[in-house]
This record gives sequence, structure tokens and C-alpha cells, in this order.
Amino acid sequence: MMTWSLALRNLLRNRRRSLSTLLALAVGAASILIFGGYSANIKYIMKTGYVRSGGHLQIQHQDFFLYGSGNPTAYGIPDYDQLQKFILNDESLRKIVTVVTPTLQFDGVAGNFTAGVSRTVIATGFVAADVNQMRQWNEFALPLVPLRFVLEGATPDAAIVGTGVARVLRLCEVLGVANCPSPAKEPKPAGTALPADIAQLSIAETPAVTSREPRIELLAGHANGTPNVASLNVVLAERQGFKEFDEVAVILHLAQAQKLVYGRAPPRVTSIMVQLEHSSQMENATIRLKSILLSKAPKNSLAVLDFETLNPFYVQTVKLFDTIFGFIFVLIGSIVLFTVSNTMNAAVVERTVEIGTLRAVGLRQSGIRRLFVVEGFLLGLVGALAGAILAVFVASVINRMGLTWLPPGSSEPLPLLLRIKEETAMVSGTTIGLVLIAVLSAWWPAYRAARLRVVDALRHV
Amino acid sequence: MLLAEMAHDRAVDALRSLMTEPVAVLRQVEKTYLMDSVSVPVIQGVSILVRPAHFTVLLGPSGSGKTTLLNMLGCIDKPDSGDVEVAGCAVNKLSDDALSDFRAANIGFIFQNFNLLPVLNAYENIEYPLVLAGMAPKRRHDRVTKLLEAVGLLDKARNLPGQLSGGQRQRVAIARALSRKPKLVIADEPTANLDSKTGAAILALMRHMQMRYKISFIFSSHDRDVIGAADDLIYLRDGKIQEIRRKRSKIDDSTGSKAFQDTGPEP
Repeated sequence: MMTWSLALRNLLRNRRRSLSTLLALAVGAASILIFGGYSANIKYIMKTGYVRSGGHLQIQHQDFFLYGSGNPTAYGIPDYDQLQKFILNDESLRKIVTVVTPTLQFDGVAGNFTAGVSRTVIATGFVAADVNQMRQWNEFALPLVPLRFVLEGATPDAAIVGTGVARVLRLCEVLGVANCPSPAKEPKPAGTALPADIAQLSIAETPAVTSREPRIELLAGHANGTPNVASLNVVLAERQGFKEFDEVAVILHLAQAQKLVYGRAPPRVTSIMVQLEHSSQMENATIRLKSILLSKAPKNSLAVLDFETLNPFYVQTVKLFDTIFGFIFVLIGSIVLFTVSNTMNAAVVERTVEIGTLRAVGLRQSGIRRLFVVEGFLLGLVGALAGAILAVFVASVINRMGLTWLPPGSSEPLPLLLRIKEETAMVSGTTIGLVLIAVLSAWWPAYRAARLRVVDALRHV
Repeated sequence: MLLAEMAHDRAVDALRSLMTEPVAVLRQVEKTYLMDSVSVPVIQGVSILVRPAHFTVLLGPSGSGKTTLLNMLGCIDKPDSGDVEVAGCAVNKLSDDALSDFRAANIGFIFQNFNLLPVLNAYENIEYPLVLAGMAPKRRHDRVTKLLEAVGLLDKARNLPGQLSGGQRQRVAIARALSRKPKLVIADEPTANLDSKTGAAILALMRHMQMRYKISFIFSSHDRDVIGAADDLIYLRDGKIQEIRRKRSKIDDSTGSKAFQDTGPEP
């Protein structure tokens, strides 16, 4: 007990030096935590986005994820509605599942006949009501207002396209897409005009450049190999997160998609999306789903994939932020190490005679070591805790400012939040880490102090 | 006939005093310091014994080796050769931890600069060695209070060293040195940083405490005025014993005071 009291009083003795060390520690700890809070916010926003759009788990043909982009319809899941019922009626799954919904993804060509343009697209059919339900998921209580999926309640031929698709298909004006550049008009060729009869023929063949009707024709390969076309009414051009996807995305009702791809044949889907109440239930749900697939659809070669496998960009982003966090921790930890070490070294020099006195009255070397290490520990603890309090304060100020930013892969600006007090593991880990660094920093000066010869220490001027 | 009997009595007293088990013994101790690659012998073949419950004064000019000798007796320095025995223990064979424990239990220190811990008040400074010894709080409190009373600082118990005068600080240091009832108290020029009046008072206090607690004090000084307080005098010069004079332990009937006698060479 005397060691702790002595250590505390020694720290209070040179208040200015202790305060500057504590300040360095607190600012260091706060910096780590603020970045950690920012990084946590990004992770949760991304995770929420992915889980809202694709669920936690997806049941797919085991090869669809790797090879399905070449020929999606070849990997359709038959009797998917039966499978969906099994999942929803399963004793253990029904308690943790919020949505089970099928989707169908296929390649096609979308054309705007009136504008005379077309492009290849990736079309996805959804059950609109389920999508809206999935968009309500908010495990991390983020202040994200879910965008309404406009296909719910829309006509069966309604469709949504990416803004890139709208641009290429010259639908921007009619869909009211902002910031959608039009191609430069070709200059009129100089020279002799066409003969009147040929010019008349040319006008008859040239479609109008823009259309007042936002309709597209979607051409897709029928499952049996023949082409099929559906005329869709584009109700919205919506920015998709990535430009590459924004340029090819066409979203339509599942029933419409199935009609286009399978005609009158029994419809299939390429995925069954499963959304859970909590992400922590993924492991148990996966085990149970695999068991259901094995018993109910053993011949379909189905697999259960989690959202991390399906979205490698998320995993890469999380790893990137974790690496940066680690780098910042090491950087600030090094500064803390040298700051505390410098403080303790100065304390040893200043208190050399005291060290000699303590040793003379019978304190062992280990007692001297303990005294200085405890001082380092107290510096580290108070500094790290002050840093945590500072970080929480800064976070609360920033979180109230209503700042937004556009994260990678997002189609809309999202709130810029610092999640610190919710991240107890990060806060405690950082605090403990910095305290350990402070203790480590004090170790060498403490060791040096303990090794001083008593007579030399007493003679020190 | 009467003079012959008196001389005999004195010789017997002196012998009896010397035969009492000494509290510390140095035998043929040598110590050399290396200063800028030059060997400087500071103690050369010194042998002395320190009698129990006596007030021994080491006298000698600066650089005569008094502090080095005290450091070895206080077990905070080791000789290059020779033996050091304190309280019956061959201390130069002990490990560092064992020496620390030994010092805590057997030796008290009074320093020229007082060396109180500035963050502890007078009470806590005296208490500190008792905390190290693991003494129960109640016993600690009783002992510290008695010591504070004995050195006349009960009313200054809560004062930090910085709030005490030089003389008061040295009183606290004396109380701290005595707190664990050591067998030997080492005092290295304890009055050097005090004015003559305060120095005399501190000397008187140390003498009083030494007699009260029956502890051996060994005290270094280059001031010949302290001779009157000493039981034994050891004169050092250039790292060698020049002379040892010991007072008879018994009051001389004829003079009513103690008298020094040269006891000859030490073991």
C-alpha cells in the first residue's frame, strides 16, 4: 500500500512534468480511440448496407458464386419456395430469422428503342415487400433512414435502373436524373445535301433521341436457350454504390424476371437470401441451414455463403481499417513509450539520493523497481482513462454536428459518426494496451534505479 | 596499595568491556577507489571493533576514510578485502536482498543531509521502516508516536520535511533510525549541516537516545568538540587508524567521570 501512496505522491510532486506526460498519453489515447470510433462507424455502415441488401446468408448453387456470372440461369434453385417454407418453419431458425427471400439474377441486354441505344446489363429480380423489410435491419442503431424500395406496390412491369444505365439509355431527362451529362451532338456534315427522297427515308428510319416514356426492353436468354424480351416501365434511376454496377444494374420484380427467364417452365431463383436478427447468430444459422439443405434438397448441390464471402470488398475494407488502426496504435504507442520513459528517467536522476536512502533503510531492489513501475502504471492508467474521456467528449460533439460523408461503395452520403462509448472492447483494449506500454516504458528506468549502488546513490549531487 | 587496586580495577573493566560481544568488527579491511584510472586507497588494513551500547566517534580530517568506513559498517558498501561482521553476521558474504533485510533489521542511518523522503510527513518518514518490516498498524502507531515524543516533535507529526527546520529534520531522521530498534546506528557527520547550537542539541539528543535505547551509535565527525560525548574515539588519518581511545564503561570512583584509555591495537 505504501508503494502506491509513495508512487502517487511522487507523481504529484513534479506536477508540471507529470501533467505534460499525462497530456501526451491522453491525446495519444484519444487519437487512437477517435480513429477507432470512425473506423467502427464505417464498418457498421458497410455491414448494415450489405446485410440490408443481401442478407446475412445466401443459399446458392455451390458454383454460382464463382461461375454464375457466365450463365446465371444454369445455377437456378428448383423448388425454392419449398425450401423457403422449411426455413421459416424450422424450430430454431424461425426465432432468429427476420427475412427469407428469393432472388433471380441474370444477364441481358436493355434497349431504349425510341433512342436507338442498348447495353448489356445484369438484371436482378426481387420480392419487393421483402426488400423493404430487409432494409429495416439496424443492428447497430445507426441513424440511417432506409430508402423505400419503390417496386413495392408498383406495376408488375416496373423496373429500377442504375443511373449509369439511365445515362447510356438516354433516360436521364425523363427520369429526372441530376448530374447526368448528355453526349455532344455531332456537327452537321458539310457538303452537298442528300437528295430529298433519300433524306425522307433516313428521317423515317431515325428514332427520336429522347423519349417521354421511360420504357426499356430487356432481352434475356430463356433457360432453354431461346431469347425472350420484356418491356419494362422504368420508375426510378437509382445510384448504385459502385460505378461498375451502376452502369449495368436493372432491378425488377421477381415474378417478371422469372417470366422472362423461365417462361412457362417452373420458375427458379439463383439465391435465397436469409437475414437474421443479429450477426452473432450467423454461425448457428449456417449450421442449421446446411443441415436443412442436406436433408431437404440433397441433390441440388446447394451451399450457404455468408455476406463476407459474397462481399470481399467489405472484408478488404475492414482489414484495411484494422491495419491502419494497428499502425496508428503502434505509432502513438511508440510516442507514449518514449514520453513515459523520458519522464521516468528524469525522475530516477532527480531522486537518486532518495533511492539510496530507501535502499539504505532496507528497501530491496525489487521494491525500487516496483515503485517506479507503479508510477509508470499510474501515469499510463490516468493518461489512458483521460484520453478515453476526451475521445468520448469529442465524439459526442462531432456526432451532434450532423456531418455526412460518402463512403466507398455507397450511393448516398451517410452520417459521419464516431462510435466510441459503444465500443467497449476497443476502449478497454486501447486503455490496457497503453497502460502496458507505460509500464514497459517505466521498466528500464526502474531497473536502472534498482541497480544503483547504494553508496553511489547517496553520494549523488 | 590503593593505587595498585584501582589500576587493576580499571584494567579489568576495560577487558570486560572488550570481551562483551562487539556489535561490529572490521578485520584488515582494505578499500581502493578508482578515480580517472588512478587507484586511490581510502582504507588500508583497518581493524576495529564497535562495542555494544556505546557511543563511538570516528574522528579525522576530510578524506581520511570516515564515510567509507561507516558505509562498510552500515552494509551499504563492501571492502575489497578483509572481513566485516555486524551483529554477529559476516555481512560481506550476504546477497543484495539479504543485505537489504539485514540493514532494515539491524542498522539505522542518520545522514548529514537528513535524507528524509520529501513526499512523506514526519510521522510517515519514521513509520516507513516499520511498514517495510510489515509491522501491524496499531503497533506502528504506538512506536512512531513514542519516538516523535522522544525527539520532541509530536506536534510536527503531519509536517512535511520542507516544513521543518534543519534541526527538526535531523530529529525525525534520528527517530527513523531508531524506529526498528537497530543494533547499530550509523551517523555520518549528522551535525555538519546544522549551526553549532542546533548541532550540539542534536548531539545531545543522539547521546540521550543511545543511552535510553542502549543502542550502539557510530558517529563520524571532523569536529574535535564532539569528543566529550564519545565513549570510544577512533582517530583516522589517510585511511589508517591512528589511535583508538576507549572510555571505561564504569564511573571512575575517584573522579566521578569516565576517563579514556588507550586500549592498544584492535584484533
